[in-house]
Amino acid sequence: MKMEVAGTPKHNCSSHIMKEQIELSKGIDWVMVWFYIILVSIGVICIYSVEYHQGDSFLSGLVELKKNYSRQVLFVGIAGVMAILILLTDSKFFTATANLGYAIGILLILVTFVAGKEINGSKSWIPLGFFNLQPTEMCKIFTGLALAKYLSRNETDFEKPRAQLLAAAITLSPAVLSVLQNETGLALVYFAFLIPMYREGLPGIYLIVGFSLAVLVISTILVEKNLLAIILTSIAALSIYLLRRTIKRNKGILFLIIVLWVVSVGIQRFAVPYLFTKVLKPYQVERIMSTFGVDYDPSVSLKDMTPEEKAEYELQKKKKKPTENYNVKQSKIAIGSGGFWGKGFLKGTQTQGDFVPEQHTDFIFTSVGENFGFWGSSGVVILYVLFMLRIVFIAERQRSKFSRVYAYSVAAILFFHVAINICMTVGLAPVIGITLPLLSYGGSSLLTFTIMLFILIRLDADRQMILR
Amino acid sequence: MILVMGIIIIARLFSLQVSDNKYSILADEQGKFRKVVYPDRGILFDRKGRAILRNTVIYDLMITPGKLKGMHLDTLSLCRVLSIDTTEFNKRLQVAKKTYRASVFEASLSDEVVARVNESMYKWEPAFYLQERPVRDYPFDAGGNILGYLSEVSPAFLEAHEGEGYQPGDYAGVAGLERTYEKVLMGQRGIEYWKRDNRNRLTEPLENKRFDTPAISGQNLHLSLDIKLQELGEYLMTNKVGSIVAIDPKTGGVLALVSSPTYKPSLLTGSDRKKHYTELVLDPRSPMFNRAVNATYMPGSTFKTLQALIGLQEGVITPNTTFVCTGAYYGCGRPMRCIDPGVFKLKEAITWSCNTYFANVMQRTINNPQFGSAVEGLNQWAAYMRGFGLGHKLGIDMPSEKGGLIPTPEFYDKIYGKGRWNFCTFRSVSIGQGEVNVTPLQVANEMAYIANKGWFITPHMVDSIDGGDQYGLLDSFKLRHYPLNISDSVFEAVHDGMQGVMERGTGAAAKVPGIVVCGKTGTVENYYKGVKQKDHAFFAAFAPRDNPRIAIAVVCENAGFGSSSSAPIASLMIEQYLNDSIGSPERKARLEALAHTNLMPKRILDEIRKKDSIQAIKKAELERKQKEQMKKESQVADNGNLNPSVESGDPRKHGRKGDESHKISMIYGALISYHENGSSWHSKA
Repeated sequence: MKMEVAGTPKHNCSSHIMKEQIELSKGIDWVMVWFYIILVSIGVICIYSVEYHQGDSFLSGLVELKKNYSRQVLFVGIAGVMAILILLTDSKFFTATANLGYAIGILLILVTFVAGKEINGSKSWIPLGFFNLQPTEMCKIFTGLALAKYLSRNETDFEKPRAQLLAAAITLSPAVLSVLQNETGLALVYFAFLIPMYREGLPGIYLIVGFSLAVLVISTILVEKNLLAIILTSIAALSIYLLRRTIKRNKGILFLIIVLWVVSVGIQRFAVPYLFTKVLKPYQVERIMSTFGVDYDPSVSLKDMTPEEKAEYELQKKKKKPTENYNVKQSKIAIGSGGFWGKGFLKGTQTQGDFVPEQHTDFIFTSVGENFGFWGSSGVVILYVLFMLRIVFIAERQRSKFSRVYAYSVAAILFFHVAINICMTVGLAPVIGITLPLLSYGGSSLLTFTIMLFILIRLDADRQMILR
Repeated sequence: MILVMGIIIIARLFSLQVSDNKYSILADEQGKFRKVVYPDRGILFDRKGRAILRNTVIYDLMITPGKLKGMHLDTLSLCRVLSIDTTEFNKRLQVAKKTYRASVFEASLSDEVVARVNESMYKWEPAFYLQERPVRDYPFDAGGNILGYLSEVSPAFLEAHEGEGYQPGDYAGVAGLERTYEKVLMGQRGIEYWKRDNRNRLTEPLENKRFDTPAISGQNLHLSLDIKLQELGEYLMTNKVGSIVAIDPKTGGVLALVSSPTYKPSLLTGSDRKKHYTELVLDPRSPMFNRAVNATYMPGSTFKTLQALIGLQEGVITPNTTFVCTGAYYGCGRPMRCIDPGVFKLKEAITWSCNTYFANVMQRTINNPQFGSAVEGLNQWAAYMRGFGLGHKLGIDMPSEKGGLIPTPEFYDKIYGKGRWNFCTFRSVSIGQGEVNVTPLQVANEMAYIANKGWFITPHMVDSIDGGDQYGLLDSFKLRHYPLNISDSVFEAVHDGMQGVMERGTGAAAKVPGIVVCGKTGTVENYYKGVKQKDHAFFAAFAPRDNPRIAIAVVCENAGFGSSSSAPIASLMIEQYLNDSIGSPERKARLEALAHTNLMPKRILDEIRKKDSIQAIKKAELERKQKEQMKKESQVADNGNLNPSVESGDPRKHGRKGDESHKISMIYGALISYHENGSSWHSKA
């Protein structure tokens, strides 16, 4: 049976190893592996192009380990070792340790509050000498595994609100911790777990409500508040008028419409302003506003700030130099100036002039856009799309619920990262610091996605096995 | 959902990258820098290969406002080195801050200031730096009016020369040869493309300089000028107003083109360029006015040679035609006086410059029955004159040449009305007075024509251009002009007359030992603002007679008889050119004596005196005001001393501060008064 294949290898004699290697590779989805290799290579190339200056030698820079791309190559090596180790691991190991892993992940996040290192304004890193580990990033894997474990339990009935709430608690507690660490972007990623939950029977109404809420909040930002109140009222009045026959038969609908109207206007007039002035920090509000092209005037909310809040706001303002608007503007210039064919590899003036801040990490896509133009950047987008479709395809062929939930989690997280990261570089989403999977510079991000993907590949290789 | 995301992103990418080129433009603006590389301007050589106009380097102090941030700038020390006050410093800083790019803070530093700036550069780096700039250098420091000068291009110039690669702040030739040959001298500007980073620094050449065009230095010019002859001419014309034009008759190349008073060309290059320029413009002697080609005079008796040629060509006289002069020309009732009465054939008439003779010649020409009327006669006569190069621009390669005046029937119709004039109306034209104007250049060209016995080549400064004449600038200097078809014997007769001038006639004082010179003097009556002035002295000649190598015209304004100043100057010029030196000690003594003769016209001396006295009055006024103010301030300071409760600070210190600010106001006051003074003079000039 397959169990033997997945078993711990015994290094007795060479023929054994040969045999085991062949056996080991059986069932592995090589398409996934190739996608992984191609994307990681593009990442290294792009990071190299960001740092490149005329006359630099690729190899000498690589050996010296002083440049980001050379460190990224090192991370790729570590990630490769990690990947092989995962492929050598019994897939039962992941189900068995899912809850334990989750506990450790949460613990690590808690450790950062005590012994964390502050990078870019968030104290979410644990220094490990040669690189800094970000537990919030790693915790995505554990959360995915834990969710899969929970949903695949026989006794879990996901129809029941209790189970739904518990699933939400599993996924959202790391998110809450992230927000406390000032990593709002990473926290948002945890909302990606709604997708596998939806696949497992979470009622669509949650997504609809969530979506409507988002539309309402965005309209609050964009539309003048009295006008919006009038629009909401007229929508309510219109639906009452249109549904007047049904209402005659069922008074409940009228009640529902009125409740919805009250809630909407309430959110629009009180909840959102409260959120913006009291909960979110002014610089965050500014980021969100700038995404929608609204000039945010902080003086309005500065008035009702406590002195400490004001001081912190000023500090944040100083820290985020150059401004977020500047980031997006430069990012758009870099991508836009690529044109159809791009400026050519290592020929990007914006890339090399350091115009785009954080280009090697969050804004790595600008390097693709400038050097390789429309064909290159849409090529990368298509690559990601195919990659995700492949994961969905893999998810659907799983016989085990655990594997399926996990695969959907991976797809959802990848989707969230890719969509938000690229949208933010082209000015379609607010700048929240999340990486472009496998392309962005950074050991934590690369290792997280490597482990996440290779666990999936391992699980998929053993798809004949029923796992809990 | 995944697909929808993919489509949305790709659509957005399409709109950003393909359908909208706004971002490419923005990217080029901030990421690339187009650096103009200035080539060396062409060098000018004289006929013997001596460089007379070269390039050297001066320094500008540049400022990059962006780099001032976070820098502790030692403003005071910089002000001290540049000798400016802090107000001026801040004013310039404000101007510089209007742009992120580096701009000139102080242009053309003097050598001394460069040394001092270099010494303490570390205090002002990196916001300030020295940038070298090539400027023109004049090894002989002569020929200012010929060579011209460079000046920052004006908006009008930029508009007129759009597409030729000029940028605001560039320098271009605006006078003399620098202007005429700007196209070839400027060379081709190179363009270097640089990458620029987010702090506006140039990092490295764009794509291994693939798009760069190298700067090609300007083409060198070889002039027909003899710089030694030019220097001698300028020396001889010291303290005289006028000009010397010497031409090689065989080539039309100009050997010397002196306009006096002139200026040292080095004044208009380097650090004090602007100050000198203002001084020169305001000078009542108008040193920047190139009289050799831009001033017109009545030609006087030098005109008679041409009258003779036309008469001979038309057959109204022969070399043997005789006229009797009894002391005046009576042809038109009122007598026209003549200096030496007698009986003259053509040769003698030229030698003794007989007015009566040439009045008769011109009368015969105009009233020639062949032409039927005086109108047609004058028409024919004017056509001949134009053929000689008079009455229109010759086309020398110098800017703003004047054409002079040769009267036509239309000209007199306008003044007197149709048919209401005849020869007697303009009889004085026959002897080069009245309604006839020529430039000294035209007179010299006339001599070249006579020397060549019937042809001339348009006078020009530049013989050849290194690397080829790609714009055809020299094409017109290769043609021989044959305005008349006159036999050699006719010319011989005129030559005889002109040789006679030098041997026994009016030019006897200007003989050149061992050389047969043919010449003609001219004494020109003239008026300034309606008041009769001392005569202009003209002399025109060529030498040697048999194989002419130099044709020369000398004009000394208000110097009296042509024979006393212009003729000896011409003779020295001829000797210098033909023998390459002034031979005997007597001649050298003559040279010095001439150079030290002050013939500055009274009208100009008056103007200089007027200007000086006004300046003196203003200066006295200013000093008086300063004294008054000083008194007041010292009183204030004294009060401060008496009443220490006025300010908590040290009153003595306070007083000194006041003094300092006062000094500054003094400087400003002086500047303002100087400008006022200047502009009033400019308008009067």
